[in-house]
Parts: sequence; structure tokens; C-alpha cells
Amino acid sequence: MAFEGLAERLQVTMNKITGKGKINEADVKEMMREVRFALIEADVNLKVVKQFVKTVSERSVGQDVMKSLTPGQQVVKIVKDELTNLMGGEQNPIQFARKSPTVIMMVGLQGAGKTTTTGKLATVLRKKHNKKPLLVAADIYRPAAIQQLETLGKQITVPVFSMGTDQSPVEIARKAMEEAEREHHDVVIIDTAGRLHVDEELMQELKDIRELTNPDEVFLVVDAMTGQDAVNVAKSFDDTIGITGVILTKLDGDTRGGAALSIRTVTEKPIKFVGMGEKMDALEPFHPERMASRILGMGDVMSLIEKAQENVDEDKAKELEQKLRTQSFTLDDFLDQMQQVKKMGPLDEILKMMPGANKIKGLDNAKVDESQMGRVEAVIYSMTLAERENPEIINASRKKRIATGSGTSTQEVNRLLKQFEEMKKMVKQMTNMQQKGKKKGRMPGFDAFFK
Amino acid sequence: MSFFKKIKDKISGTNEAVAEKFKDGLTKTRDSFTSKVNDLVFRFRVVDEEFFEELEELLLQADVGFETVMELIDLLKEEVQRKNIKNTTGMQSLISEKLVEIYNSGEADTNELNIEEGRLNVILMVGVNGVGKTTTIGKMAARLKKEGKTVMLAAGDTFRAGAIDQLVVWGERTGVVVVRQAEGSDPAAVIFDAVKAAKKRNVDVLICDTAGRLQNKVNLMNELEKVHRVIGREIEGAPHEVLLALDATTGQNALIQAQTFNEVTNVTGIVLTKLDGTAKGGIVLAIRNKLDIPVKFVGLGEGIDDLQPFDPEKYVYGLFANGLEMEETDDHEAETEEDK
Ligand SMILES: Nc1nc2c(ncn2[C@@H]2O[C@H](COP(=O)(O)OP(=O)(O)OP(=O)(O)O)[C@@H](O)[C@H]2O)c(=O)[nH]1
Ligand SMILES: Nc1nc2c(ncn2[C@@H]2O[C@H](COP(=O)(O)OP(=O)(O)OP(=O)(O)O)[C@@H](O)[C@H]2O)c(=O)[nH]1
Ligand SMILES: [Mg+2]
Ligand SMILES: [Mg+2]
Repeated sequence: MAFEGLAERLQVTMNKITGKGKINEADVKEMMREVRFALIEADVNLKVVKQFVKTVSERSVGQDVMKSLTPGQQVVKIVKDELTNLMGGEQNPIQFARKSPTVIMMVGLQGAGKTTTTGKLATVLRKKHNKKPLLVAADIYRPAAIQQLETLGKQITVPVFSMGTDQSPVEIARKAMEEAEREHHDVVIIDTAGRLHVDEELMQELKDIRELTNPDEVFLVVDAMTGQDAVNVAKSFDDTIGITGVILTKLDGDTRGGAALSIRTVTEKPIKFVGMGEKMDALEPFHPERMASRILGMGDVMSLIEKAQENVDEDKAKELEQKLRTQSFTLDDFLDQMQQVKKMGPLDEILKMMPGANKIKGLDNAKVDESQMGRVEAVIYSMTLAERENPEIINASRKKRIATGSGTSTQEVNRLLKQFEEMKKMVKQMTNMQQKGKKKGRMPGFDAFFK
Repeated sequence: MSFFKKIKDKISGTNEAVAEKFKDGLTKTRDSFTSKVNDLVFRFRVVDEEFFEELEELLLQADVGFETVMELIDLLKEEVQRKNIKNTTGMQSLISEKLVEIYNSGEADTNELNIEEGRLNVILMVGVNGVGKTTTIGKMAARLKKEGKTVMLAAGDTFRAGAIDQLVVWGERTGVVVVRQAEGSDPAAVIFDAVKAAKKRNVDVLICDTAGRLQNKVNLMNELEKVHRVIGREIEGAPHEVLLALDATTGQNALIQAQTFNEVTNVTGIVLTKLDGTAKGGIVLAIRNKLDIPVKFVGLGEGIDDLQPFDPEKYVYGLFANGLEMEETDDHEAETEEDK
């Protein structure tokens, strides 16, 4: 998962200072040295890093912090605040035109993911916003760019407007607008060719298309793995043609994703979506505050809950919640839960959204093996109902029987029982936090971090 | 002979046009980098801690990476002390020298492709999404053909929309046969067929395209390993080259890419693409410093001729071309005086 490396680094640093009852300027300096290092290693632009370090340092050595009873925690909070600032505030939705059609232009460097994202965006607009999009193939330069968009269009059954490679992109855009009018499309998404921000001729072409179509959104598509140059690219595109938002792609990788922070700071344009894979459903709205929480190890409970809502059977969930609260959660429920969770997506991704998940040994490099789940299921199926209700009664001889019955080993049975215990504990912690969170009306998981 | 003169001789000794092309591609890089180095040298007349701090920042902004930058700075400090250097004159050449030294500290190998006559040579192109694998294959096919070799391409990316069509266009441009199957078929099967076809037709070089994949995707990396294995099973010692395409705009993640792809497929060389942008491509130094993988080619544009062999000295020359002029005229001191 992207950002993970940065998260680890920052958390180690933060943990050192959190518990301190007394701190001085040297402590802050030492911490900020490490923060600087962590941010640079994460590809955050150096200038942005410098500004960040300056702001945090200044706030941290202020009297109110130093004199407070929990200065360590105060400093950590400042880091979190400023990091959230860098990321931008609330989630920023797509701007639709008052009068149809809404026009969206996709721009960016070569290979950033414009064409793929065009398809993904159309999927979101159709499924979540009930729109009838038209895709426009305005890349006449890259070999087979038009075929690529047409193939995607077929996959998601959204029409693609193309005129081959002999017409200019501006002309294609003009005709596409007419087509949209004729066919009553309420959204037009224009896929443009990748280009260098220093290529004046091709940047002029984008300006011309922008002028002609008067888009409601101009999305700069940026590869999340981009290094220091991200700010130059973003700034050039913004200065020359004016962008309205950013879409960050390839966040399903293991990049530390510093470009995300830099671009926001430099352009002050919101990151609206993130690409999480190559498939057409892998586009998610970007929630800056949740991402900041995730980076600082506070988990992303909101996303977890939303994912659950999308995939989990309501009644079963209610029933489960009840069981969790009353602590009458059994291995049978665990089994049931596992089957539900499987529907939510890759297990390792889900686990990582939990607060404190980063503290679970081995989870950091856990490539949760889904076939392993099959073995776990086998173990539970080999238990008697009584054993599933009451795992405490499982003694050595029962373990042996279960192992033989499921074709596993007693070690595996032991491991499962232990995991089950841990999971119960974690779930308990989570429900506690959620309740507290509601009461105080803020992000759940917050408290756990400042404990 | 001074270091810069050596490089200059070396460059004028080789094909002028190539050197120019290389320089052109790096012009923006050079401008933004050297002007800053100049600025640094002008502003700091003495080599002190602050000078090094700013130099450090400059290199970090070129994506060289923390560890390599620290190493370089240490090297420079040592040198400055040893030679008892007090003012910043000549620092540019010292910096370049050390950059090249860091690059060359690995095994002294060439950037030549491992291609032998009288056998079928197989090149496997790998890398993450959108870095320029397919385009590089097209350019490379053109190069090899120009050298008089017969070339065949294998459309091993059966996943991404339009990937096969894209390679087919490059096949048409270069007049090279492309072995392909339908979208969605097993890549290992496509490659297997291609090797068979290449053998039958007695071609010199078969270049295999693969789908872009992020290095943390276990399944996809396993798939790549299988493709690699299939080639090795058909021809002993193949693939003769596994080229990893890296995008010059990529930051520190490129190092992890190099590490992981190397573990899975034994990467033999790197192609650094998109160096015609403003990205500094400094990660090359870090990769060379940590892994023993040489950069074999650089991509300098989207056109068929925009692929050039990598040469560390030319690369640094590209970065510091202004330094060269300066050392030749050698009136830096005078200029600074005048400036005041
Ligand atoms: N893993 C992953 N791959 C992505 C994502 N978005 C795009 N890609 C891949 O990145 C590569 C490039 O995507 P394209 O959509 O062709 O990029 P583009 O910006 O249109 O490229 P040009 O038109 O050549 O400039 C393809 O292999 C895509 O499948 C993402 O979010 N995750
Ligand atoms: N400016 C510039 N663009 C390049 C260079 N090499 C490739 N590109 C462009 O980068 C984009 C992606 O190139 P591809 O060859 O499709 O990349 P790929 O690695 O095969 O992509 P996937 O197969 O989708 O993973 C295209 O628009 C290319 O024209 C280069 O050296 N300079
Ligand atoms: Mg495209
Ligand atoms: Mg490709």
C-alpha cells in the first residue's frame, strides 16, 4: 500500500516523542531532522519539506506546548495538523456544469494513466452519478491510443467518439461536442495525448481545446511514484492551461507517495481521485484527512466502514455488531465474518485500514494468502459446535483431533486460536473507539493514538 | 589532463550527432541543474558547511536519494580536505568527477547489449506501468535493424487495452514481424510461440514485450517469473538481456522497482526513459550505487530515433556542460569580481 513506508518512518519518530513528559528545543530539532529525512525519502519536494519543518518547529517550541503537561503529545498533534493541511481538507467532489454537458479534460505527462482513468471516471459517473458519458479520443500521436480507449469503452459499454489520427485534436473536440449535443450526453470526457510540460507547441494545443470546450474540470493525471519533479510538472500545467484538480494514479503500488503532498501545496488544487489498480472499477475518491490519519497510524476507520457497507449483508452486520458488543463472538461468527470479509477485497488491504494495524507484528509485510483462509476454514469446520462456541475447552487432545480432522497441524490450530483471541481484543478496542468517537463527534481512532 | 577535457575529447571522438542528441535531450536538465551549481559556486566563494548543505539539497532535488547524496558529500569533503581546497573554483569539476566515480564504482561493464552472432538472442523488457517498455522496444528494433540484424517482436502484454495494437504499429514502423495472440491469452504461451517462430525463421534478435506491473503485486510478478522461465527452457542461457525500463521522473520508488524486478528476473540492464523532460534522472546514480545494474540506454523522446546508449561521463557532461565552458575560459574569478 502506498504511503506505508512514510507511515512507518513517521510513526517510529513520533513514538519516541509522544510519551515524553518534558521536551526541549533540542528534542524537537532531533525529531524534525528525522521527519525531514522521512519526507524526503518519501519524495516530498524539498521546498515543501523545508516549509513543513519550519512551521512545525516554530509551533512546537512555542510556550504553550513546552509548558503543557503532555508536550510530546502536543507536538505529535501539530505534526498531524500540518500534515492534514498539506494533504488538503475535505474530500472534493466533481464539479458538474449547471447546463449539460459537463466537460472534463484529462491532461498530463506520458504514461501517467490518463486513458485508463478516463475509462474509470466514466464508470464512476455512470454508476454513482447516473450519467451518460461520451469519451473522446483526442490523442492522435501515441500508437494505438484510439484503439486503447475504444477497447476500454467497449469493456464498460460507454460510447467513444473518434475521428482517426488525421484530424487535429482541437477539431476532434469540436465535433465531439456536437455529437454530445445530438446524442444527449450529459458528460464529455476528453482523453488527450501525454506531453511534456515544457513542450510549448503541445501545451498550446491543450489551451486551444480548453478554450473551445470550456471544461468544468481539467484533471491533471499524475503518477504517484513521481519524484521531485512533480511540482514543476504540476505548476507548469496549472500555470499554462489551468487545472481544476488532480488525479493520482498507481497508488496500489508501494510508493511513499510524497508527490501527493507536494502537488497540493504548490498548486493548491485538490486531489479528487486516486487510481488503485488497472481495472475499470479501481478509482476512489480521495479523502485527505483519512489519508493523513493513515499515514500517522491512526487507521482509516471511515473507509473501512464504507467498504463494509458496500459489501456486507446488513442484517448479518447488525447481528454481528450486537455480538461484538456483548462479547459473545464465537468461532462460528468468525467463520461467517471471514466469508463476508472476503467479499470486501484483498484482506491485507482491509486489515491495514484498521487503527493500530501497523503495530501488529508481521502485518506490515503480510501478503495475506487467501488460500490460507481455506485452511482456517477447514480447522473451524473440524471443531464441534461446542468448541466453536467456547474455544476455551479445546485442550491438547481436542487440538490433536481437530488437526487430524482438518489435515493441518496442532501448531496451526494453536495459531488460529491465538489469532482469534487477538482479533477479539482488537475488535473490542475498535468498538470502544467508535463509541467514543461518536460522543465527541470527531474521527474515531484519534484517542488510541494519543493514549 | 583535466577531467572535463578528457570527457570533451571522448565526446568529440565519438559520433558528434549522438553527443548532440544526448545533450539536446538533457538540455533542460542541464540548464536547471548547472545554473544552480553555478549560482552556488558564485554565491559561496569559500567551501564551508553551508556550501555543502546547499549542494546536498541540489542533489536531493535531482532525485539522487539520501544515502547516495550523503556518500557523495562525504567523498567531496574528504577530497576538499585532502587537497586543501578553500574556495569554490573548480568545485564543479570535482563534483562531476565524484559523481562519475560513484557511478563507476560498480563492476566496470559496458553498456553493450549481450548479442552474439549465430544464435537467437532474446531480450525481455520488464517494468512497472507506463514507463515506456513498448516504445523502447520499437526504438530498439529500429536500432538493431539498422545494425543489419533481423528482429522479431513478441506481444507479451495481453492484458492492457490496446497494448498489442500499439506494438503492431511499432512493428509496421520498423518493418519487423510481430508475433501475437488474442487479448487476454496467456503471456507465457505467447512468448513460447514467439521463441518457436523466431527459431524457425532464424532471426537474430527476439524482443519480448510484457505488461506493466507494479512490483508489489505478487501474482503478476509470479506471472513474469514464469515468462522468464519459459524462455530459459526453450533456449539455454536465455533471455540474454532482461531490460528494466525506468521512468526518469520516478522518485525513490525506482530503487525498489530495480530491486524487486532484479530478484524475479535477473535484470541485466536499465533503460532510463523520458530523460527529455525536466526530471533529473538522478536515481540512476543511486541504483548504480546500490545494485550492480548498469544503465544501457536512455530514452530521449517518443520518436523512433530517440534511444541512445548510456555513458556515465556523457551523462554528467550533460548535467554540467556549463562547467566545461567555465573551466576552459577560466575567468570565473574575474567575473565574480566584476559582478560586485
Ligand atoms: N497499477 C495501476 N496501473 C495503472 C493505474 N492507472 C493506470 N495504470 C496503468 O498505467 C499504464 C499507463 O496508463 P495509460 O492510461 O495508458 O496512460 P496515459 O497517461 O494515457 O499514457 P499516454 O497516453 O501514453 O500519455 C497502463 O499500463 C495502465 O494500465 C493505477 O491506478 N494503478
Ligand atoms: N517524452 C518521452 N516519452 C516517452 C519516452 N518513452 C516512452 N514515452 C511515452 O510514454 C508513454 C508510455 O509508453 P509505453 O511504451 O506505452 O509504456 P509501457 O511501459 O509499455 O506501458 P504499459 O505497457 O502500459 O505498462 C507513451 O506515450 C510513450 O510515447 C521517452 O523517452 N520520452
Ligand atoms: Mg493515453
Ligand atoms: Mg506496453
